[in-house]
Amino acid sequence: MLCTKEYEEIEQKVMRGERLTREDGLRLFACPDLAWIGAMADYVRKKKCGDIVYYNVNCHVNLTNICLSRCKFCAFGRDEGSPGAYAMSKEDAIELVRDAMRDPHLAGLHVVSGLHPTWSFEHYLDILQTLHEKFPSLYLKGFTGVEITHFSRISGLSVREVLLRLKDAGLQAIAGGGAEILSDRIRRELCPKKATADEWLEVARTAHGLGIKTNASMLYGHIETMEERVDHLLKLRSLQDETGGFQTFICFPFLPKNTELGKTISQTSMWDDLRTMAISRLLLDNFQNIKAYWVMLTVPVAQVALGFGANDIDGTIHKETILHDAGATSPLALQEDTIIRIIREAGRIPAASDCNFNILPTD
Amino acid sequence: MTMSILEAAHQKAAAGERLSIEEGMALYEENDLLSLAEWARAAKERKSGRKVFYTANYHINLTNICRSNCPLCAFQCEEGDARGFLLGTEEIGKELASARRVRNLSEIHIVSALHPSQPFSYYAGIVQRIRREFPNVEINAFTPVEIVHFSKISGKSVTEVLEILKDAGLSSLPGGGAEILEDRVREIICPKKASAEEWLDAMRQAHKLGIHANASMMYGHVETVEERFRHLAKLRELQDETGGFRAFLLFPFHPENTKLGQEQEIRKAGSWENLKMLALSRLMLDNFDHFKAFWVMLTLPVAQLALGFGADDLDGTIGEEKIIHAAGARTSTGITREKLDAIIRETGYDPVERDADYRAISTGGTA
Repeated sequence: MLCTKEYEEIEQKVMRGERLTREDGLRLFACPDLAWIGAMADYVRKKKCGDIVYYNVNCHVNLTNICLSRCKFCAFGRDEGSPGAYAMSKEDAIELVRDAMRDPHLAGLHVVSGLHPTWSFEHYLDILQTLHEKFPSLYLKGFTGVEITHFSRISGLSVREVLLRLKDAGLQAIAGGGAEILSDRIRRELCPKKATADEWLEVARTAHGLGIKTNASMLYGHIETMEERVDHLLKLRSLQDETGGFQTFICFPFLPKNTELGKTISQTSMWDDLRTMAISRLLLDNFQNIKAYWVMLTVPVAQVALGFGANDIDGTIHKETILHDAGATSPLALQEDTIIRIIREAGRIPAASDCNFNILPTD
Repeated sequence: MTMSILEAAHQKAAAGERLSIEEGMALYEENDLLSLAEWARAAKERKSGRKVFYTANYHINLTNICRSNCPLCAFQCEEGDARGFLLGTEEIGKELASARRVRNLSEIHIVSALHPSQPFSYYAGIVQRIRREFPNVEINAFTPVEIVHFSKISGKSVTEVLEILKDAGLSSLPGGGAEILEDRVREIICPKKASAEEWLDAMRQAHKLGIHANASMMYGHVETVEERFRHLAKLRELQDETGGFRAFLLFPFHPENTKLGQEQEIRKAGSWENLKMLALSRLMLDNFDHFKAFWVMLTLPVAQLALGFGADDLDGTIGEEKIIHAAGARTSTGITREKLDAIIRETGYDPVERDADYRAISTGGTA
């Protein structure tokens, strides 16, 4: 083992179920012994979650890529009127979901979109409500903390009021995106126009207070330092201590292609992806689930990530668009039987779930 | 108190002791990927410490016209096929000119189809020519399948064929064509080429003549798990006898564009399976020093990860590689030293540019 004596203390803490410190996190990021870090994360996963791996039969609905935020790490956002810009009508959204409904197992929707400069909050709300009424059997997860903050800004309503209205319209859970790195240094540099670190955390806190579960995430592999990765994870852990409202944590490696930032930064390695996954499992000791998001990680990495702390592999998606604009090489969708095979090859038990990790009956 | 097979396997794997076929299979079934990684990594470090090797080599495929017509292959075609090629004197000259441009070239690697009409003298002549033009480069050429083919078409014994090639300048044999060394499997995937016994015997004769070789396994098609482990045990046994194998490499079967893939509806093994087989091979083949993560086949990200699962050699900076790309491998066909160095350093290991005998060579200032 490359990491010897000085790491014994960390291993003992993990075995005893003790919380790791910021220093421990930094030492783990400095340790190249991937198999050792992975084995600890796998130990924790097995103890906490058993062998079930969650997946969704879902459809992503990205209503528009027109966005006033234009973050430097994003290849999806466009200015209004520029080539490739689109904005779905309500009918377009219904059509997309109707197409996805051809899969009899379709369980729910994941609705995430650009911050459209002229759409009102009522417009988003109307589409959500319509989807809920037309497709009452589908769960509705959607809108990141960044979108919720945007809705509050454009409507003049409080975050709490925005959340209550979305809940009334049928929203059951909030997506985990937009957290990026919860550091104002990073956000000023990469995404100055959208929700600040505190605003993002406040949306999650408020949602949890209203009984709405949310997800959390980290976008890494750009300009952040290892300290900033660890601090990001600890901010999430601290809020989770307070509310318990986070359901799953998602690691997003930055995909540089077609982004402004990508001109100077190359893509993370599989080594970095897997250790980041494993260290997240170890530091986020109060998160039940850790997601290996195959779209960004690619299917081979996502599968191996199941041995590095993950117990959730996301969904079939129907047609992914946001990350494929950033050169994601993974397929646009996965067949359910492919997901099942990937999970089984890893020796685990596949379980289709809704957006709140309730296992769905199989037919 | 008697130990279960699995318990015994755990103890032996952790202690670096030899595993039986049954114990290897018990670890396979248990499917504890991270423990396998830890044991395989320790086994790697016992053999090669913190070093991870790569080499500057150049691949030449002389022909893709093949009379073997193996269902497992996407490279070969029949004589008269528009895709068919056979390198003549002039084309070989061009290949060698490209090879000459490779900095620190340590090895020329030649693997080809079993051409129905080219005589043995064609192949021996090429080795002679390369030796003349590259007096110090390792000529790693002709799998045992090709050696057996040369013996059949020339009427000479395998030993005579090997002696002639050695005299012409051959240094070592590549590890391909082993597939799974079980005749039940070979009947299905490659019925017309060297049998398991012929493959092993050609290796035995080569080792006796001081010709080193690599060994391989192609898996993920019609073989059973037990057949994989019997295959590994056969290689281990021969290595005990001769010590002539230098490195082992795994070929996950690429089903695209192959008859076998279509007829048997085979799906490619996942990365989990590939890393697991690497770690298990490292544990089973306790008398092999080096394990290659052949990045052209695995993709570079998986090959890097393989360094945590027992591999210690990323193979070469490859000029051209046609066989696997014909079967749909998506990796690019070349890589720089700088990139390999960076990939290795990220894993905590030390990059070493090697010659064919795994000795460090001066890297001309990049390292």
